[in-house]
Amino acid sequence: MHHIISIRDFERDEIDALITKAQKIQSLGSYKRTLSGKLVALLFFEPSTRTKMSFASALSRLGGDAITVDSVEGSSISKGETLADTIRVVSSYVDAIVLRHPKEGAARLASEFASVPVINAGDGAGQHPSQTLLDLYTIKENMPLDNIDVGLLGDLRYGRTAHSLSYALSNYDVRLHTIAPKGLEIPQWLSKELKDRGLDIIEHSSMDEIINELDVLYATRIQRERFPDSASYSRVAHSYRITPETLENVRKNLILLHPLPRAGEIDPGVDSLPYAKYFRQAENGIPIRMAMLEDVML
Amino acid sequence: MTQKDHKPENGLLISPIQNGTVIDHIKAGEALTVLRILGITGSTEESLSIATNVKSNLTLRPKDIVKISDRELSKEEVNKIALISPNATINIIRNYRVVEKVGVEIPDILTGVVKCPNPGCITNSNEPIESKFEVVDETLHCLYCDNIISSDIVDYII
Repeated sequence: MHHIISIRDFERDEIDALITKAQKIQSLGSYKRTLSGKLVALLFFEPSTRTKMSFASALSRLGGDAITVDSVEGSSISKGETLADTIRVVSSYVDAIVLRHPKEGAARLASEFASVPVINAGDGAGQHPSQTLLDLYTIKENMPLDNIDVGLLGDLRYGRTAHSLSYALSNYDVRLHTIAPKGLEIPQWLSKELKDRGLDIIEHSSMDEIINELDVLYATRIQRERFPDSASYSRVAHSYRITPETLENVRKNLILLHPLPRAGEIDPGVDSLPYAKYFRQAENGIPIRMAMLEDVML
Repeated sequence: MTQKDHKPENGLLISPIQNGTVIDHIKAGEALTVLRILGITGSTEESLSIATNVKSNLTLRPKDIVKISDRELSKEEVNKIALISPNATINIIRNYRVVEKVGVEIPDILTGVVKCPNPGCITNSNEPIESKFEVVDETLHCLYCDNIISSDIVDYII
């Protein structure tokens, strides 16, 4: 039985195989109903409209059906049942479980108690592998995943999408440029681990230093609550804002990504520029999630 | 030789045991933590001798010693103590003789030994699981939430 819990569990060839599968699915136009007759539990113990909708959409396009649990209140967890018991029981109703949960490691636990495959749709501040896979997919749609300069911008200390993506990129020949406000730099343990895995990491203190030498710029949200007061937040947020002017001298092939929702990191004026790929990135969540669902159930 | 005639070994404050395990060269002051890690508490049945801050004949530095009668600890059990005392040695005693002497090695996976410091980790809720850490270069990596413990490991020992 095959689960998808963390991007850390993936070797490069497994990531490549999923991306290829997603490309094939997307290129078909009309989808084959490969999961017809399959029933999937979408257990969302934490609100996440977008991820839930895209999994439901992906499943439906492949002909599968979903049973959805939307919150802790609507489930036996509110009566004190453990997640382990819930998973054991739900396993007997369905062919696969897609789980979103506020506790980190919840999906790993679920995979230990489930008798059907589990897909992690985000566990607290932990892993969210479908996001990382769709990030990689979007990069690969635009350029090869080797010999490129990727910039990570924003909260690199707490941002899980940035952590997972940088880990996934360590499977490839990529130069990683980190650009983070003081105090929100990439954690040392992660930076050491990535270097040990052969990733070239170059830390920068400002966006201007490096933006014109990047092939990919991945911006993440800078959260207000990380700052002592709103003035220091505004100062930092302003210096990390991407505008049409910021992009004046960038490489022609630069792509600009963001896991969304954005909170002012990217000026709406950028949306119409050819570099803006973040809405396409969100759209790519469908083929990637279709590939993931097929991967665990077929 | 009667008990009266037997002269204790130089430098040791506690007498030899007939059968069991002697954990020697424990970092000074850590003997009680070692017992806690091994799950040996006041309510277990083993007879114990504990010496703390005794001078090592070998290194002349202070060390702790724990002697556990009538119980031979397995290597897996004992390896857990490598976290706090990497230089400890384990001596299996049968009929007053050391029949086996091994050093300790930090195991690759630690199960149920260390509490994950991340309050959001699923292992810190009432689920029927034990904490599980992978040990890489003396750094512990939580296999559930990916949290890392790189210093003060002893503070997180359950």
